[in-house]
Amino acid sequence: MSLATTQSVAEIKARNKQLIDEVLKVYPEKTAKRRAKHLNVHEAGKSDCGVKSNLKSIPGVMTIRGCAYAGSKGVVWGPIKDMIHISHGPVGCGQYSWAARRNYYIGTTGIDTFVTMQFTSDFQEKDIVFGGDKKLAKIIDEIQELFPLNHGITIQSECPIGLIGDDIEAVSKVKSKEYEGKTIVPVRCEGFRGVSQSLGHHIANDAVRDWIFDKISPEAKPTFEPTPYDVAIIGDYNIGGDAWSSRILLEEMGLRVIAQWSGDGSLAELEATPKAKLNVLHCYRSMNYISRHMEEKFGIPWCEYNFFGPSKIAESLRKIASFFDDKIKEGAERVIAKYQPLMDAVIAKYRPRLEGKTVMLFVGGLRPRHVIGAYEDLGMEVVGTGYEFGHNDDYQRTAQHYVKDGTLIYDDVTGYEFERFVEKIQPDLVGSGIKEKYVFQKMGVPFRQMHSWDYSGPYHGYDGFAIFARDMDMAINSPIWKKTKAPWKDAPRPSLMAAE
Amino acid sequence: MTQNAEHVLDHFELFRGPEYQQMLANKKALFENPHDPAEVERIREWAKTPEYREKNFAREALTVNPAKACQPLGAVFVAVGFEGTLPFVHGSQGCVAYYRSHLSRHFKEPSSCVSSSMTEDAAVFGGLNNMIDGLANTYNMYKPKMIAVSTTCMAEVIGDDLNAFIKTSKEKGSVPAEYDVPFAHTPAFVGSHVTGYDNALKGIIEHFWDGKAGTAPKLERKPNEKINFIGGFDGYTVGNIREMKRIFELMGIEYTILADNSDVFDTPTDGEFRMYDGGTTLEDAANAIHAKATISMQQYCTEKTLPFIGGHGQEVVAFNHPIGVGATDELLMTLSRIAGKPIAKALEQERGRLLDAMADSSAHIHGKKFAIYGDPDLCYGLAAFLLELGAEPTHVLSTNGNKGWAEKMQQLFDSSPFGQNCHAYPGKDLWHMRSLLFTEPVDFLIGNTYGKYLERDTGTPLIRIGFPVFDRHHHHRYPVWGYQGGMNVLVKILDKIFDEIDKNTNVPAKTDYSFDIIR
Repeated sequence: MSLATTQSVAEIKARNKQLIDEVLKVYPEKTAKRRAKHLNVHEAGKSDCGVKSNLKSIPGVMTIRGCAYAGSKGVVWGPIKDMIHISHGPVGCGQYSWAARRNYYIGTTGIDTFVTMQFTSDFQEKDIVFGGDKKLAKIIDEIQELFPLNHGITIQSECPIGLIGDDIEAVSKVKSKEYEGKTIVPVRCEGFRGVSQSLGHHIANDAVRDWIFDKISPEAKPTFEPTPYDVAIIGDYNIGGDAWSSRILLEEMGLRVIAQWSGDGSLAELEATPKAKLNVLHCYRSMNYISRHMEEKFGIPWCEYNFFGPSKIAESLRKIASFFDDKIKEGAERVIAKYQPLMDAVIAKYRPRLEGKTVMLFVGGLRPRHVIGAYEDLGMEVVGTGYEFGHNDDYQRTAQHYVKDGTLIYDDVTGYEFERFVEKIQPDLVGSGIKEKYVFQKMGVPFRQMHSWDYSGPYHGYDGFAIFARDMDMAINSPIWKKTKAPWKDAPRPSLMAAE
Repeated sequence: MTQNAEHVLDHFELFRGPEYQQMLANKKALFENPHDPAEVERIREWAKTPEYREKNFAREALTVNPAKACQPLGAVFVAVGFEGTLPFVHGSQGCVAYYRSHLSRHFKEPSSCVSSSMTEDAAVFGGLNNMIDGLANTYNMYKPKMIAVSTTCMAEVIGDDLNAFIKTSKEKGSVPAEYDVPFAHTPAFVGSHVTGYDNALKGIIEHFWDGKAGTAPKLERKPNEKINFIGGFDGYTVGNIREMKRIFELMGIEYTILADNSDVFDTPTDGEFRMYDGGTTLEDAANAIHAKATISMQQYCTEKTLPFIGGHGQEVVAFNHPIGVGATDELLMTLSRIAGKPIAKALEQERGRLLDAMADSSAHIHGKKFAIYGDPDLCYGLAAFLLELGAEPTHVLSTNGNKGWAEKMQQLFDSSPFGQNCHAYPGKDLWHMRSLLFTEPVDFLIGNTYGKYLERDTGTPLIRIGFPVFDRHHHHRYPVWGYQGGMNVLVKILDKIFDEIDKNTNVPAKTDYSFDIIR
């Protein structure tokens, strides 16, 4: 039986507060003061989780965060499959982010599709000294010659680009003109900008606005015949096929998905989006910016949704349907009813094995809150959560819709804090990333990577929930966790004690 | 409905269901603005031609699918090889997230490293304050015995001076004055992870030997009988270093492994997370100055380190990732000569066993053409072993290999009749390799995980040897050095060859007449 179910909320709150005090003791005073603002125990009824967020990480701690380049190239732009994304600068950033995020897509890689490739300007010392603009222009020429079916190019700036003052915008404009108005997008996502990958998302969104939307005349006719039911999926990166197991539900309820952002996405879909009747937004953190922009400029409403676990899926399908007529509302009910037997079977199979188990999360984007419903559908409880790069509005959404009284909250958790928290709370499962996975497994705590789905997935939608449930069961109930302590390390057997 | 609770379908099968297939076809036809399939096919075929190859090789600016990473990765790899040492990367924090992920994905192990989290203000004013606060935090929180500092390209572009910064940090009390903070400048726009390995190792040795950045007297060399051993950047560091320790012990050689990260990348699951494990003790790192000689297993990982060590009066010897009989012979004879100890009988027997295995199996490898890519030393070691087996290492490509490396490769080719039609390709990437495989096909490809795209596109079977190997588990636990290591490499190559033969002969009533049970 987990700790959480045997203790009262008051006891849990007291313990969590004490835990926070304990981890802060190890820091120098100035650091402890700064970190204290990011750790808290949630109080029911409060409008947010009571932590500061989106502030600089502290030097010398093991932050889990990435950088603006990771947010732009790694998250937002990289999955756009028919464009070539140049990692502009030294070789490393592109290499480490090469095909690491499992953004599934369909296409002929290297010919008309380029997601799992690493294009880089591989900056050398001379490029730093003399600037890289000429090299960039030449790279674009070489891309045009060797990859003629690309639909567009983006330039993803790495740290040195901004520091040495290269004018990638000018190069983009000149080359775009030279190639008959080809879409060439410069993105100023240097890694030192902002405090995490979050600013990279914002910058990437702004680049879509400035270099794609602004090129399209508002009167231009779409390439397809519009219908009243056209929607766009925003903020789904198709990790392990997430956007596909989501899209199928929207289509089954009678909507037509005209664009997917950005997993399995294409330039044509980006361009089509301003013609949508509604933008449905999964990862609020990474793409609320462009959704707000489309609302202001094109009058397209947007609505957040959550496709983790049957409770939230049903709620979300109804919410999305509420923007449309009865046909779609009936469609939503039909879809919910269709998948109910599958969900009943999944829950009947896995809930008995997972009931009462506790989880601690630490992920990016929307997941520190969105997956809570899916765990609850399986009878599990999330006892601690926090965001890598969340903002205050993420913590508001978390407090108002997801977490329970007494939940431990840790923003931009340091490796040190996370280890101590898990050690003391002893959850039955930790959900975080690759950098955390092996730390906790060594400690004997079951773990699932909640960025990459631990190379499994999809986890979105009804089809994805079956996989989610199975994966959580396999992680928690794997027989290996009963063996982490060698049997001879247990309490000595009576016979041996007698012999002493 | 495709999904099933009884038998949950993964992404492998799920999206092959008819509903998903229909959905994806609609998406493409209506919304993706796809090219005409005939045009896609035409370009696909064109990209296989000698004409395309010529254009591809004429590239001057663009790099596509390079087989190299950047310097700081190598620096982090070195730092964790010292007892209780935490790598500290001065620069933006995102890089460190990348190094840690990259190493964790290969070794399936935690990878600990901190950064000074430099952001825009540091870009303008320099990162001194980040260093001062960062060292203090690292020291207090993780209680390392040593903090090894390296840089990212950001810190290098703005010109932060590590020596001065560390000195100032000590003056401000971030860490005690006598505390060990070795450093190396490791700009990502110079060389590769291999260069970073070299710079960082030299930085650490220099720190201990040459007066700890002016805070202590320089060490005076008092020669002893020990041999220093440097592995180089090596994806097999766990298996290889342990194998070398076994060999040293068999021969009764006193040794110091410099940057021994074999334990930290292989910690047990027993309920405890060890942030530090094993590693060269700081005492040993300092005392390494007294050794008789230093042996580097990878010349291109120690281009600066070895001359530095040599300059302190020791003999230095460099190998090129020795794999197979001849290379191991040379290694053991060198060890024997320097240590003045005979080669152990047990090793002689292992040699005979490796030769025995090669005699049993070389018929399946003889005359086969191979393409190899990876770090310059690994490419050399693999090519040399293939030549011993009577195979032809036809294309040997190293993105971080230079002209000198290519000349050395050529000498190797020239030394064997099997090397006649073999070529080395320095500074080329895996998109060049793709053209080579289409225009001059080979039987097998050897390289890291990224080669799976080449295997898919060109149909050349991939044997995974190199770094990183993300998509196969636990290879790093098995050595490739020594006669035992040679055996592992041989088996890896043979398994793939036999798998291919079986795949080509398993069609009932058509090709299965040679679907043999005995080979």
